Amino acid sequence: MRGRFIFSVLWPACLIVAALTGAAWLVGWLVKADPWLVSLCGGTALASFAAALLFGICDYGWGVFWPELTESLAISAAQVAANKLRSALTALGVIIGIVAVTLMGTAILGIDAGVERSLSGFGDDVLYVSKWPWRNVQDWWNFRNRRDIRIDYVEPVTAAIAERPEGPLKLAVPSVYWSANVIRGEYRVSNVSILGTSSELPYLVKSDMKEGRFFTEVEARGGRNVVVIGYDIADALFPNESPLDKTIRIRSQQYTVVGVAARQGSFLGMFSWDSVVIMPVDAFTRSFPIRWADPTIRVQVDMARLDEAKEELRSIMRRVRGLGPEQKDDFEINSQQVIRDQIDPIKANIAIGGFFITGLALFVGAIGIMNITSVSVKERTKEIGTRKALGARRRTILLQFLIEAVSICVLGGVGGLALAWGLSAAVGALLPSFPLVFSAALVVLGLAISVVTGVLSGFMPALQASKLDPVVALRYE
Amino acid sequence: MIPPTATPAATRITRPPGALVIEIEGVTKLYKMGAETIHALRGVSLKIHRNEYLAIMGPSGSGKSTLMNMLGCLDTPTAGRYEFNRKNVATMGDDELADIRNREIGFVFQTFNLLPRSDALHNVELPLIYAGLGKSGRLDKARRALENVGLGQRMGHKPNELSGGQRQRVAIARALVNDPSIILADEPTGNLDSKTGEEIMALFEQLYAQGNTIIVVTHEEDIARHARRIVRLRDGLIESDKPVE
Ligand SMILES: Nc1ncnc2c1ncn2[C@@H]1O[C@H](COP(=O)(O)OP(=O)(O)OP(=O)(O)O)[C@@H](O)[C@H]1O
Ligand SMILES: [Mg+2]
Repeated sequence: MRGRFIFSVLWPACLIVAALTGAAWLVGWLVKADPWLVSLCGGTALASFAAALLFGICDYGWGVFWPELTESLAISAAQVAANKLRSALTALGVIIGIVAVTLMGTAILGIDAGVERSLSGFGDDVLYVSKWPWRNVQDWWNFRNRRDIRIDYVEPVTAAIAERPEGPLKLAVPSVYWSANVIRGEYRVSNVSILGTSSELPYLVKSDMKEGRFFTEVEARGGRNVVVIGYDIADALFPNESPLDKTIRIRSQQYTVVGVAARQGSFLGMFSWDSVVIMPVDAFTRSFPIRWADPTIRVQVDMARLDEAKEELRSIMRRVRGLGPEQKDDFEINSQQVIRDQIDPIKANIAIGGFFITGLALFVGAIGIMNITSVSVKERTKEIGTRKALGARRRTILLQFLIEAVSICVLGGVGGLALAWGLSAAVGALLPSFPLVFSAALVVLGLAISVVTGVLSGFMPALQASKLDPVVALRYE
Repeated sequence: MIPPTATPAATRITRPPGALVIEIEGVTKLYKMGAETIHALRGVSLKIHRNEYLAIMGPSGSGKSTLMNMLGCLDTPTAGRYEFNRKNVATMGDDELADIRNREIGFVFQTFNLLPRSDALHNVELPLIYAGLGKSGRLDKARRALENVGLGQRMGHKPNELSGGQRQRVAIARALVNDPSIILADEPTGNLDSKTGEEIMALFEQLYAQGNTIIVVTHEEDIARHARRIVRLRDGLIESDKPVE
């Protein structure tokens, strides 16, 4: 089997297929393409890489491949050690490329994680009926003129839900927001989001209590001055004690703390339960102008029937608002998808920018590697002649110079990964709210990119070396 | 373990020729240099058997190295027939030629051609790596080859830590290590002083006695006299082909 021509064509072909599908996998993974396609690409990349290895070894024969591999590694280690500065400069392009791709990966993974964490606090399966759409609108005056949403719409919506228990709508809860200072004795937190809602909010949100409880229906109906506070608020106002049953002041009112929400973490100023104070709507109305408090009806739905749920909620709202068949909706049904839709282009931009920088840096690096390999081939022309006289086959010479190119790239890749790791650790220390995710997949990715860059850039000079006429090479001075 | 420096005449033995190793017939080699064509070889025919010790002589430019490269399967003739071990070289692919150079031929160069960054042992090991031999077998054979040329104490030395004669011994050990059918040496003493040259020729004498087949290119009569047969080239043609008395 050794030395069959077909193998010497198959393994580079497989390697190229692996590189292309690998790149496709990466792009697909980052922009969240169809997961079936993404895993198809990833699988193909892995399989063809394995096939390339297999065919490569068939091509050489294992008994020849292994000693030649170790020999080539030793040679390239010696080459790199003998030309430290040259190797380091050449590796620089690869280092920059790997830093760019890993930082891009960390950023995108981080944004994903942060957004998911923030959004999951709301509850995934909730629709929001409000006056304003969450997307950016140009014709804002058309929305401003809409009638206000009133929180007592909760009652007709709840009644409609009760009429059709098998329907896609499950639970309706009101919410109003205001921003105010929260004070307890010497301690004070400014601009806290005050949320007014019903006792049923806990069924909607994915947030546990750290201690205490949520306020009860009785407390809510009575409009009692009770609050549940977020983790950060509790921490700021009650640094060394439990806040339970203590009072805090908001505007002129005193409120009793009945519960503290578990810590959620925050992300780039997005909403987080950690810095919220929650109270019954009727308590809220005593201090704040409810009309201006973005009154919203939150409706929990069956996610499997989302479209149906939207349609049903819309018709209920049209009925509640008394709209005629010819009139347009004068309310908005929002969902978290809007927020995700706004984040996706940001991620895509980071990905495009990252790929551009990576591609550019790797291109420069690849040219450097190509050059250094050419120089190395020139310098050692006589050695190549000697090796051929001693029985080195073409592919042996090819492998030797390829390994040299790949070694430098991998060296650059490892350097780049270390640098990227350090940078993301530093960013993580300076901006703890930005959740950087430096994953093992990124390390594998970085190394794979280095290897592929090495193979692609070293191939031409290595091929030239392997094709040298032994007599010409031996005569070379 | 320096090999005996006794006068070659005292130990001179001649073995009867064995099987045919090399047969060339009407081999020519042309080099095109722009408009001009250089005839390096103009039709050379030669038979070399196992157990022969042959010297190729001739003035500079007569085509000795060209012939040697051809015999060593490094180069291909422009025309003519070349059979190695009764197999036509012209029909062989690149890999097959590489394998013949690896297993059947041992090269010794005028300029030694050792890998500068590798020690003596690794230099000698190299053909065995290309042959696909396992590590322990490789080291074993390489050590024995170095001991055979009297360098048992110098295995860890890099080429620049060795004298010219020692370097050529390493190169000879490297040529020998794979038990080739034939050893080809192109001016092996050309870069050595005459005393060291004589030592190298004594080593060749010893190798010949041990059963190796040797071809040496030289333009020194003193060196050529060590061989058992001398082929003289002039202008790419064989001028004479005589045994040494
Ligand atoms: N690659 C080449 N291109 C052109 N001409 C060449 C080439 N190689 C050899 N020649 C020519 O072929 C002729 C024979 O060269 P060769 O090297 O075989 O001579 P030689 O007998 O070994 O000489 P010397 O004793 O100086 O080594 C010379 O005229 C040389 O110039
Ligand atoms: Mg010559």
